[in-house]
Amino acid sequence: MSAVPAAGAAASWPDGVKVARASLSPPDHPPVFSLHGVGVRYGRVQALLGVNLSVAPGERVALIGANGCGKSTLLRVLHGLAKPSSGQLLRSDGRRQAMLFQRPHMLRTSAQHNVALGLWLQGVRWRDARAQALLALQRVGLEGIAAQGARTLSGGQQQRVALARAWALRPDVLLLDEPTASLDPHAKREVELLMADLAASHGQAGPAHPVTMVFSSHNLGQVKRLASRVIYLEHGAVLADLPVHDFFNGPLPDAARLFVKGEMV
Amino acid sequence: MHTIVESMSTLSESVLTALHLTVSADPALWTIVGRSLAVSGTACLLACGGGLVLGAWLGVARFAGRGGVLAWLNTLLAVPSVVVGLVVYLLLSRSGPLGAMGWLFTFKAMVIAQTLLVLPVVTALTCQSVADAERSHGEQLQSLGAGPVMRSLLLAWDERYALLTVLIASFGRAISEVGAVMIVGGNIDGFTRVMTTAIALETSKGDLPLALALGLVLLAVVLALNVLIAVLRRWREGVDGTSQGTMPGVLA
Repeated sequence: MSAVPAAGAAASWPDGVKVARASLSPPDHPPVFSLHGVGVRYGRVQALLGVNLSVAPGERVALIGANGCGKSTLLRVLHGLAKPSSGQLLRSDGRRQAMLFQRPHMLRTSAQHNVALGLWLQGVRWRDARAQALLALQRVGLEGIAAQGARTLSGGQQQRVALARAWALRPDVLLLDEPTASLDPHAKREVELLMADLAASHGQAGPAHPVTMVFSSHNLGQVKRLASRVIYLEHGAVLADLPVHDFFNGPLPDAARLFVKGEMV
Repeated sequence: MHTIVESMSTLSESVLTALHLTVSADPALWTIVGRSLAVSGTACLLACGGGLVLGAWLGVARFAGRGGVLAWLNTLLAVPSVVVGLVVYLLLSRSGPLGAMGWLFTFKAMVIAQTLLVLPVVTALTCQSVADAERSHGEQLQSLGAGPVMRSLLLAWDERYALLTVLIASFGRAISEVGAVMIVGGNIDGFTRVMTTAIALETSKGDLPLALALGLVLLAVVLALNVLIAVLRRWREGVDGTSQGTMPGVLA
């Protein structure tokens, strides 16, 4: 996928051919991320291979694919937690990022302090951080358990605390690694609604700059509900990169088509 | 058969002597117990001050030669206390580099020796605990903007209940050793005599009941401390929540 064809390109794709209609950022809104031939290798394992893509401000990108296809690695690269072994990653300056993990780690202290910690690490005074943390917990409906030990909370509540921790930072870019994978259906729904709410808000850059969201998921319903664009990964490479409507309604390479049909997870 | 009966008699006699010494609040005994607790407690505090920070940092930091440092650290865990005592003796003896301070055969010399003895224990166990936590969720703290130093401090704080076990292990190592304090303290009555050196002395004099009684008192003191820390740990874990499956096996 070296070239980036314009949206609305060809209607059918021969089997095995990579599909791409990556977003084109307007000239006054440079892409949040630009990846050029990015590869990541862990020892003998090639986790990512020659990934080319760019993400425009305000996009909601879903990363899908079978286990081990490179979704988490791509998110870690975007957040700076993993370094590309090859290729180039360009990030636009001055954007604040936050990342959520499948199993959020809560420090052994109260929910409020867990949220405040993220702010404190960004240089906010502890007293102000605690006040802002309470507001963030209100936003996710957990102000009532602010003083409770975070590790005594349920998985769904912990993920909501993690969302509050991310939201408190007022991120311009939100990265989420299968944030609802380990939750029960009720908690899954709650977290998903909060994700949509968060994605509809704006970051520290102001109302004209909506939050950019990149998330990985195995839940195709969730992808349909939340994403504006879908990237299908296989063996560390991007196999399809399409607007969400085209991905679910248009022709796809075999592997992606089987995945969508639920025959390959 | 005769020997077994004799041993049982010595043991029961020791228990009675220990009870008598404890109940009668024998001032000589409690002076020795107090000195033992003071020497080992001070040594543990000093070792924990340095070892927790150093161990936490080693658990997170990545640098060339880290493997070698950890190998040395683990080797130091096995250093006999008499060797530590000998090294401190050479440093503090009149002809040694620190001889001018006049600390040999004093409380300070015993504290230094036990600090050096316990420091590798605190450092190695803290390093192990923090390294496991770093593997498990260091990345999440990193994603919030915590650099290696901040991460090491946060992870050590987060593992504080596991590190209480390190405190117990280090205190146990300090208060039960005899070689180092004997060499650098000299077992001077009323001055540097601690429980272990007193036990060694009474055994050499043939007063086995008294030696065993002192041993039982030593065990009781350590047991009381362990129970106190276990209760404290259980209470706080009930409030803050239990571990998320990252408790290191070495400490569990």
